[in-house]
Amino acid sequence: MVERLEYEVEAGTVPADGEAVQARLIEILAEVAATARAPIDLSGEPAVLLMVGVNGTGKTTTIGKIAWHLSKEFGLSVVLAAGDTYRAAAAEQLAEWADRAGAELVRAEEGSDPGAVAFDAVEAARARGADVVIVDTAGRLHTQTDLMDELAKVRRVIAKQMPGAPHETLLSIDATTGQNGLRQAKIFAEAAEVDGVVLTKLDGTAKGGIVLAIADELGIPVKLIGTGETLEDLRPFDPTDFANALLSEG
Amino acid sequence: MFDQLSDRLQATLSDVRSRGKLSESDVDAAMREIRLALLEADVNFKVVKTFTKTLKERCLGADVLGSLDPGQQVIKIVNEELTGLMGGTGSELAFASSGPTVILMAGLQGSGKTTACAKLARFLRENGKKDVALAACDVYRPAAVDQLVTVGGRVGAHVYEKGTDADPVEIAAWALEQARTERRDVLIVDTAGRLHVDQELMEELARIRKRIKPHDVLLVVDAMTGQDAVGVAESFAEAAEFDGVVMSKLDGDARGGAALSVKAVTGKPILFASTGEKLEAFDRFHPDRMASRILGMGDVLSLIEKAEQQIDEDQAADLERKLRKNQFTLEDMLQQMRQVRKMGPLSGILGMLPGMGAMKQLKNADIDEGQLDRVEAIILSMTPQERANPALIKGSRRKRIANGSGTRPQQVNQLIKQFDQMRKMMRHVASGKMPDAQQLAAMTGGAPRPKVRRR
Repeated sequence: MVERLEYEVEAGTVPADGEAVQARLIEILAEVAATARAPIDLSGEPAVLLMVGVNGTGKTTTIGKIAWHLSKEFGLSVVLAAGDTYRAAAAEQLAEWADRAGAELVRAEEGSDPGAVAFDAVEAARARGADVVIVDTAGRLHTQTDLMDELAKVRRVIAKQMPGAPHETLLSIDATTGQNGLRQAKIFAEAAEVDGVVLTKLDGTAKGGIVLAIADELGIPVKLIGTGETLEDLRPFDPTDFANALLSEG
Repeated sequence: MFDQLSDRLQATLSDVRSRGKLSESDVDAAMREIRLALLEADVNFKVVKTFTKTLKERCLGADVLGSLDPGQQVIKIVNEELTGLMGGTGSELAFASSGPTVILMAGLQGSGKTTACAKLARFLRENGKKDVALAACDVYRPAAVDQLVTVGGRVGAHVYEKGTDADPVEIAAWALEQARTERRDVLIVDTAGRLHVDQELMEELARIRKRIKPHDVLLVVDAMTGQDAVGVAESFAEAAEFDGVVMSKLDGDARGGAALSVKAVTGKPILFASTGEKLEAFDRFHPDRMASRILGMGDVLSLIEKAEQQIDEDQAADLERKLRKNQFTLEDMLQQMRQVRKMGPLSGILGMLPGMGAMKQLKNADIDEGQLDRVEAIILSMTPQERANPALIKGSRRKRIANGSGTRPQQVNQLIKQFDQMRKMMRHVASGKMPDAQQLAAMTGGAPRPKVRRR
């Protein structure tokens, strides 16, 4: 799929009637990118969002941004769960974001069970009548079977506290990721029933073309894009803009 | 690591190998396959083009096609070129002749810099640098300083930090000053992740570099990066003039091709590879060994090094004496098993053995480390007498051991049977007859264990 894309990009930039070809190509790409589009489900009371992904793809930062948007723009009360109990200072990092976004934080000691943190957070949110709970998890390579099983367990534990939850599971994918992104999405989807992708670090030169393959082959849509380090740098995904950007500058 | 690239290259080359004679079109076909394999592995397309071109020219050279064994020749050439692509041999960190050696770490967000800092500190300490310090210059990402302090503490490195309000350039200069007065051997400077298109931050990096004049600048590159890696490396080469690359997250199933391109584009070698969550999972990167591994030729050198690091000379000599006298007990077996396991997960060790890569069933089977845990538990539930003389273990003892280790009596029996077989085999070895590999495999319960012999 990406090979075909590369080929078509090359063909599309050939000057001979390039414009028409390119316009058509953008249409096709946007169509693929729009596969299975759906808004983020916030209907739960509270709505529970679970954030998963490989190490260093921007999970914690994305959670900070989502929390900020939900609380400052939509006036919702947000609880964050520091489910990354593995990496050093991960909870402190999330605490900082919670502070900036005006969200509440539920955390536990480093090394404790991430499922328990998620469980407590959902419980706390229900008790206080909060609108949204966002659960952070430790970054994990999709090849680590044990850690992927742990993720499935976190899901089960959340469902035990609140049937039907998590209502939305988001996978963060780094835009600079190459073909490996497809494998990541496939295996994370198997373990944690991913509903959508957050494409991060789009402010660099990388365009994240791999999400087309993810949408096409796995039917998992991109829901949000991250474009910078500040709280505002999070936007809903627009397939046409994305397709245009993919083709700009070849 | 590099699994899929490895599979495809090996398939192509085994086809070439099987031919007695090679025509130009055979070589063409093989080159096409290699080209595709590299492209699929995210190797930069320009790099692939040059690589296959050189490869083809060399393969079509008169001395190859006309040779008695053209297939082997082609494999040799691919091996050499692949080694060259990843950086040739013998690149090392530069160390200061006096005063602290300063190492500056740079990279994109989330590439793994902070973790790499701690791992490098640990690695240098293990390799003779006594006093390694870290400088926390990531003042942007929330809690980055806390993270460095924590992981630094775990590897026994002092961390210089000034919170997040100071200017990173000033922190770096101050840390260097401190490192000088406190006579540290090495100072590793962590910096904030930055996008290569972020002018302001790239200039900041250049300023840090100018101010502290590091002996080495290392770029941390995520092994999963796509085609974008080349542009990133070029920008960082310009701003920070890095000397070498640390490839992170190599334990995933990424094909690592982008990182392979970095050397070709910037001329900077990959010096280290980070291969796991644990702080010990960090090692020198040897292009020649990695090339052999990708081509399924094994990496016996690394295996021996690992073994040497982990295996205690005295214990090994002791064991050898016991083997000769046929006094090998379950206790010894437990010790030996623990030593082998210290070398890392068995699947990793298997990858270093020649030919193992080609054994599909081995690669895909998750090696059951749990089985080894059970064996340990069973032995630990025995009394010293039982360990020395397993013949004692009958009815009620067996039941007690099974209960104690959370296993079933059949499993205890099985272990004792395996142990008996092993002893029998040892007798053969001691009397000069070598058992074949099949027997060895059966003896260890399916998972072949590497044997390290010492004299």
